[in-house]
Amino acid sequence: MIHSLFLINASGDIFLEKHWKSVVSRSVCDYFFEAQERASEAENVPPVIPTPHHYLLSVYRHKIFFVAVIQTEVPPLFVIEFLHRVVDTFQDYFGVCSEVMIKDNVVVVYEVLEEMLDNGFPLATESNILKELIKPPTILRTVVNTITGSTNVGDQLPTGQLSVVPWRRTGVKYTNNEAYFDVIEEIDAIIDKSGSTITAEIQGVIDACVKLTGMPDLTLSFMNPRLLDDVSFHPCVRFKRWESERILSFIPPDGNFRLLSYHVSAQNLVAIPVYVKHNISFRDGSSLGRFEITVGPKQTMGKTIEGVMVASQMPKGVLNMSLTPSQGTHIFDPVTKLLSWDVGKINPQKLPSLKGTMSLQAGASKPDENPTINLQFKIQQLAISGLKVNRLDMYGEKYKPFKGIKYMTKAGKFQVRT
Amino acid sequence: MAAGQAYSEEKGGSSSLGEPEYGHDPASGGIFSSDYKRHDDLKEMLDSNKDSLKLEAMKRIVAMIARGKNASDLFPAVVKNVACKNIEVKKLVYVYLVRYAEEQQDLALLSISTFQRGLKDPNQLIRASALRVLSSIRVPIIVPIMMLAIKEAASDMSPYVRKTAAHAIPKLYSLDSDQKDQLIEVIEKLLADKTTLVAGSVVMAFEEVCPERIDLIHKNYRKLCNLLIDVEEWGQVVIINMLTRYARTQFLSPNQNESLLEDSAEKAFYGSDEEDTKDDKAEATSLVKRKPYVMDPDHRLLLRNTKPLLQSRNAAVVMAVAQLYFHLAPKAEVGVIAKALVRLLRSHSEVQYVVLQNVATMSIKRRGMFEPYLKSFYIRSTDPTQIKILKLEVLTNLANETNISTILREFQTYIRSMDKDFVAATIQAIGRCATNIGKVRDTCLNGLVQLLSNRDELVVAESVVVIKKLLQMQPAQHSEIIKHMAKLTDNIQVPMARASILWLIGEYCEHVPKIAPDVLRKMAKSFTNEEDIVKLQVINLAAKLYLTNSKQSKLLTQYVLNLAKYDQNYDIRDRARFIRQLIVPTEKSGALNKYAKKLFLAQKPAPILESSFKDRDHFQLGSLSHLLNAKAVGYQELPDWPDEAPDPSVRNVEVPEWTKCTSREKRKEKVEKPFYSDSEGESGPTESADSEPESVSEESETSSSEGSSSSGSEEEEEGSGDQSEDKEEEEKRKKKKEKEAPRKASLESAGSPSEEEEEEGVKKGKKKKQQQERKGCGETSSEEASASESSSSESDSGSEAQESPAEVETKRRKAPASTKPSPRATTAGPKEISLLDLDDFTPPPPQPVPSSNIVSSSLVTDLEGLTLTDTSLAPALLSPVFGSVRTYELLHRMTGEGLSVEYCFSRRPFPHDPHMVAVQIQISNNTDAEVKSLRISEPKPLSGMRIQEFPEIESLAPGDTASVVMGIDFCDSTQAANFQLCTHTRHFYVSIQPPVGELMAPVFMSENEFKKEQGKLTGMSEITEKLTLPEKCRSDHAIVQQVTSAANVGRVPCGADNEYRFAAKTVTSGSLVLITLEKREGAAAQLTVNSEKMVIGTMLVKDIVQALVQ
Repeated sequence: MIHSLFLINASGDIFLEKHWKSVVSRSVCDYFFEAQERASEAENVPPVIPTPHHYLLSVYRHKIFFVAVIQTEVPPLFVIEFLHRVVDTFQDYFGVCSEVMIKDNVVVVYEVLEEMLDNGFPLATESNILKELIKPPTILRTVVNTITGSTNVGDQLPTGQLSVVPWRRTGVKYTNNEAYFDVIEEIDAIIDKSGSTITAEIQGVIDACVKLTGMPDLTLSFMNPRLLDDVSFHPCVRFKRWESERILSFIPPDGNFRLLSYHVSAQNLVAIPVYVKHNISFRDGSSLGRFEITVGPKQTMGKTIEGVMVASQMPKGVLNMSLTPSQGTHIFDPVTKLLSWDVGKINPQKLPSLKGTMSLQAGASKPDENPTINLQFKIQQLAISGLKVNRLDMYGEKYKPFKGIKYMTKAGKFQVRT
Repeated sequence: MAAGQAYSEEKGGSSSLGEPEYGHDPASGGIFSSDYKRHDDLKEMLDSNKDSLKLEAMKRIVAMIARGKNASDLFPAVVKNVACKNIEVKKLVYVYLVRYAEEQQDLALLSISTFQRGLKDPNQLIRASALRVLSSIRVPIIVPIMMLAIKEAASDMSPYVRKTAAHAIPKLYSLDSDQKDQLIEVIEKLLADKTTLVAGSVVMAFEEVCPERIDLIHKNYRKLCNLLIDVEEWGQVVIINMLTRYARTQFLSPNQNESLLEDSAEKAFYGSDEEDTKDDKAEATSLVKRKPYVMDPDHRLLLRNTKPLLQSRNAAVVMAVAQLYFHLAPKAEVGVIAKALVRLLRSHSEVQYVVLQNVATMSIKRRGMFEPYLKSFYIRSTDPTQIKILKLEVLTNLANETNISTILREFQTYIRSMDKDFVAATIQAIGRCATNIGKVRDTCLNGLVQLLSNRDELVVAESVVVIKKLLQMQPAQHSEIIKHMAKLTDNIQVPMARASILWLIGEYCEHVPKIAPDVLRKMAKSFTNEEDIVKLQVINLAAKLYLTNSKQSKLLTQYVLNLAKYDQNYDIRDRARFIRQLIVPTEKSGALNKYAKKLFLAQKPAPILESSFKDRDHFQLGSLSHLLNAKAVGYQELPDWPDEAPDPSVRNVEVPEWTKCTSREKRKEKVEKPFYSDSEGESGPTESADSEPESVSEESETSSSEGSSSSGSEEEEEGSGDQSEDKEEEEKRKKKKEKEAPRKASLESAGSPSEEEEEEGVKKGKKKKQQQERKGCGETSSEEASASESSSSESDSGSEAQESPAEVETKRRKAPASTKPSPRATTAGPKEISLLDLDDFTPPPPQPVPSSNIVSSSLVTDLEGLTLTDTSLAPALLSPVFGSVRTYELLHRMTGEGLSVEYCFSRRPFPHDPHMVAVQIQISNNTDAEVKSLRISEPKPLSGMRIQEFPEIESLAPGDTASVVMGIDFCDSTQAANFQLCTHTRHFYVSIQPPVGELMAPVFMSENEFKKEQGKLTGMSEITEKLTLPEKCRSDHAIVQQVTSAANVGRVPCGADNEYRFAAKTVTSGSLVLITLEKREGAAAQLTVNSEKMVIGTMLVKDIVQALVQ
C-alpha cells in the first residue's frame, strides 16, 4: 500500500521522509515538483500524479505537501484519507502542524508514523491509542525527561489496541468529570446579485470534549432529531440505536473528538442571518469605480452577529482602493487584489458599511466581471437549524459529571455574487 | 543503488548534522575528517552504559534518517543495542534496523536471535512487536525463519499476534514470492479467523498475495459480511473492495431484466419483475428459460450489511460502499449512495477531487441519482480550478430538459469568472448542453455568439471552437453567424479559433459566397506568419474554394499552394502536394480528380460532444485506475456478471461453533430491515401501484425474520448461559424475575395465543439445541439464516428444501407471523434488563469482538440489539416532538388518602407494544407511612381496549415519588380507560381519558407523499375550519409549537411559506392523519384535517383550533 511519505514545504524542500517498505529514492519527488510548477497555485496540484514506476498521492495542508508514494493499485481515497488523518494526528500532538513543529519534534513524528502504518497498511490511527504508545511532548514532560532521563515512549504496553473499545484508553481518571458538547452549524450559501438565495444548506458538527473517569456509557438525545438528514458518526456511536430510536449512544473516546457531523435537509428553508447590500460599479472610460458594501442582520432570532469578516477578490484591473469603513478595519492588497474588511459585531441600529472608490488601470477597459464577496460571521448560542439537545445521560459509572452544551452558528462557504 | 546515492548525499549533508539545516548541497562535502569524528561521537555514546546517552544518540540518528541522510556506517554500533532494556532505545533501534537491514544483511543477522526470543515471550504485545520487526527486515536469508514465525503466530492465542502475522504475509511475499503456496495456506487459516481484529489485515494479505484465489472466500463470505461493521475502518475498505469483486463472480446481475423495463424506465424494478413472471405463467411454459430473477440471499446480505457504513466518518469507507452499490445493487437501490457522496463534497479538496471524479462517472449512467442534489454542485469562486472543472462536468451530465434553464443561468455567472481556464471549460459545457438538449440549442448559440464580442481572447476563441461544432449540426440557418465569425479573423490570434473559423468558411463556402474568397485573400497574405494548424486550414479553404468557385480563387489557391510547397513543416508540404494533385487537373492525375468535389465537400457527420468520463465505469469505481483512466499496476479487473449463477451452496459453513455469529447475523438482519423496506419505499409512486405479491412477500419476510430473530435471541440466551453459567447465573435470575412480571400480565390482559407459542418456542429452542449439539449446530443455524433469507422471495420452496429441525423452525416462525405484535411483547423483557443492569454489567462494548472469551459483554450487545427492534419495525414513525408536556391528575391527594397520582402522555413509543399509547404515571406518597405493593388490578377495559400495567412497585417510602410507564391501547377512541389502582390496603377506581391528539404518533413523509395521501383522503374524510389567529400566535414557531403540543404530530416539509403541514398515524389502526394549516391574509387561517377516522378528525380540528386561538 503506502510505500513512503515525503513532507515538502512551500519552497520545495523535502524536510522529512519515511519509508515503510524498501527505500524509494527521493528523486521521485521531481515529478511532483514538475506538476507543482504546472499548476499555478498550490491547491491546483492534482492529488494523484502518475509517474513511470510509482503513483504520487498528495494532500496540501498547513502549507505543507504530504506526498505518499504508492506502487500498486489502491483506492486513492484510502491514501488521501489516511494522509489527512496523519495531519490531524500531528495537530493533536503538537497543537499546530507546521514545518517548524515537525522539525522540532522529528523523533516523535517518526515514531508516530512508524506506529501508524505497518508495511504500508494502517495499524493504529486512533489518537487515543497512539498517545498511549507515544506520549505527546509537553513542556513539563520535556523538562522532566531531561532531568530524569525518562522518555516519551510509554513504558506500559499499549493495551488499547487489544481492547474492544479501541478508541478509548483504559484506566482514565479525572478529579473533575466533565463532558462538554459544542453544536456548531455552518451555513453554506450562495446569494445572487439581487439578494435571493441560490443555494443554502446547513452543515453541522457536534464536537465533544469528554473527560470522564472509567468507562462511561453516554446517551445523547435530541428534541428534534428529524432535522438531521444525513449524518456520519465517530465509530464509537452505536448505529443501530440511532437507526431505531434516534439517540446517540456511545462510549466516548477520551478528550476531544468529533462525535457527529450532520447535514440538515435541503427541504427545510434555511434562515439566512445576514444580508449584504452592495454597489460595485466600473464605468467605461473612467479610471474610477464606485464601491459600497453594507452588511446587516436578517433572521438572527434576536442574537448578535459577531466576528464578521468580508473578503473579496477584486478584478485584476483594480490598482488601488480608497475606502472608509464605518467600523472595523480594512486592508487591500494591491498585489493579490484581495480586499478584506474585519467588521466585528453588527449593531442593528448602525449598520456597518464600507464606501469609497477604486482606481482602475488607466486606459484599460472596464473589467467585465464583478467580484464575489465571501462572508464570515459567528452567532453564539444559536443553532440556526433549530436543533436542540434534549438530554445527556450517563450509564456505567456512579459519579455525576458536569455537563455542558454550547451552540454556535458560523458562516461556512458563504458567498454573495455581485 | 539507494545506498550509493544516499552515501554521496551523506558526504555533504552530515557535515551539518545536528543543526537544523535541511537542504542538502553536495558542494560542501569538504570536511571529511570532522564528519567521521562526529559519528565517532555517536558511536561512543551508543557504547556507553548510560541509557540516556544511548537514547540521545539514537534520537540524533533517527533525526538523520528522517531527513534522508545516510547513517548506515553506524550499523554495528546500533545493532548491539537491540537487546537494550530501555524501551525507547529499543524502539528506535528497531526503526534503524528496519531501515538499514537490507543494506547490511550480514550484520543484521546478529539481531535475529533477539527477535526469536521475543517470539516466545508470554506477553502478546512483545510477541507481536518481535514478529513485526522480524518480518520487516528484508534479508532473504531469514525467509525460512520468517515463514516459521508467521506460521506459528497464525495459530497464536492472541488475535493481536494473529493480526501481526497477517501483516507479515505480504512482507514475506514481496521478499520471496516462491513462498506463495505456503503463504496461501496461512492465509486460508487466518481467513477462517472469527475476530474483527484479524479480518481486515488478512483480506489485505489475500489481496496482495493471491487475489485470484476467490475460492478461499466462499466459506468466509457470510462471516466477513457480518463482521464488516465492526472491523476497523481501513480494513473495511479493503474487505468491501474485495467483496465487490467476489460478488461479481458469484451472483447474477440484479439488473438482468433491464431490457424488459426499457419501455417504462420509471417503473420500480421489483414490481415489473413480478408482473413479468405472472405474464409468463399466463402465456406459456415455453418461456421458462427466462427465469424470474431472484436475488441470492448472500447478495442481499452483502448489500444490507454494507449500507450502514455509508454513515462512516471515513471518506474511503463511504466511497467503497458507494462503488459496491453502484456495481452490485439493483438499479432502484443505487440511489441511497448519492446523499453520502454529496456529503463528502464538504471535505478537503483532495477528497472532493476524487469523489467528483467518481460522481462524474456515475452521473452519466444514473443521472436521476444526483438530480436532487444539483445545487450541491454549484460552483463557488473560491473552489480550486480543478474542482470547478469537475463540478462543471457533473452539472453538464445532470442537465436535462427540466433543469437546463437553471443550469444555464448558473453558467452565465460562471462565464464572468476571473478564472479563465474555468470560463473556457464553461463554454465547452454550454456547447455540450446545447448538443444534448435540442430545445436550448438556439439559446445557447445566441449566447455563445454574444461571447464572440467578449474582450478576453481566450473566451472568444473557446466560443468559436464550440460554435463551430454546433453549427455543423444545422449550418443552413446560420450564415449570419458564419459571416460574423469571418470578420473575427482580423482580430482573433488564438490558432485553434482561427483554424476553426477557416474550416467553417471552407465547409460552408456556398452559404457565404462573397465573403469566402475575401477571407482567403487575407489569409494568403499572412500565410507565412500563421501557426501550422491554421496553415493547414488555409490550404483546406483554398482547395474547397477552388472546387466551388474556381473563377475567383484559382490564382489565390495557386499562390497558397506554392507558399505551402516551401514551408518548413513537412506536413504542410505534404498536404499541399496532395491537394494540388487532387484538385488541379493534369494529365497524370487519374480518376480521383473527378471526385475531388465529392471528397472535399462530402456531408460530414456532426461531432458528438461527449463527456470524458463516458465509459470509465468499466474500471471499478473508487480505484486508482478509474481516477487515472488507465490500468494501474496490480489492478484487479472487475469481472462481468456470470450468465449462470455458480453453486451458492459453497458458502454454507459447517464449522460447529457457529451459533454465536449466526444469531448475531439475525440480529443485524432484523435491525437493518427497515433499510430495506425503506429503500423499497423510496422507489416512489410506482410502488403503490405495484403488484400485490410483492408486498405480501415483503411482509412475510418481515414477519419471518422477526420471528427468527426473536428465536435467535432465546437461543442466544440459552447458549451463552450454558457457556458461562456461573458468571451469568445471578443476572439470569434477575432477568427472569423481571421478565416474568410483564409477561404474565400481558398474557392476562391481551391473552394473545402466540405468547404460549413463544414459550413453546423456547422449549423447542432447547430441544433443538440438543439436536444441534448432536449434529453440529453450525449447520442448522446457517441453514436457518438462509431459510429466513430465501423466505423473502420464495418462502415455500426455501423451507421445503430443509431438513427436519429447520422445518420445525420455519413452522414456528410462521406462527408468530400471523399475530405480529406478540413477539414484540416478549422482546421487551430483555430490553428492560439491558437498561437496568447496565450498572452491574461491565459496560457493553458497542462494537463487540465476538471472540469466545467475552461472552458476557457480547451477550449484552446482543440483548441490546433486541431492544431496538420495536421502533425499527415501523421505520417511518418518528420519535415525537416534545413540546410542553401537560400533566393530568389521576388521583387527588385528598381522595387518595395521601397518595397522589398524576399522569402525562410522554409521547414516546411504548416499547412493549407499538399499538399502545405510553402513559407516564407519577406516583407520590404524601402519607407518613410506606405504601406497599402498588399495582394495577382488574382493568375493566371497554371492548377491544387493552391495558399493559406497569410492574408492581414493591414499596414507596413516605415523601417519595415513583415514575412508571404503562401502555394503553385506546382503540383510536377517546373513551376513558378504567382500572383500579391498588395498594396493600386500598383500592382506588381511576380512569384515564386521552385527548385526541395523543392517540397518534408522528410520521415522516415528504411533501409529495403528503400531497398524494391527501388526495386520497378527500370528501367525507376532509374537515375544514376557518379561524383567526391571535396576535401572539402568528409566528412560525408559535404555530408549530401550538399544533405539536395539541397533538402528537410530525411536521412535514412544505415548499410554501404560508402553509404548515403535519402528519401522524393513529396508534392502534395506523390510519393517517394529515393536518394542513394555511395562513391567509391578515390573521385569517384555514385548518384542514384529512383522516379516514372522521371522529378523530373532527375532534382534532376542535382541539387544534382551541390551542391556536387561546
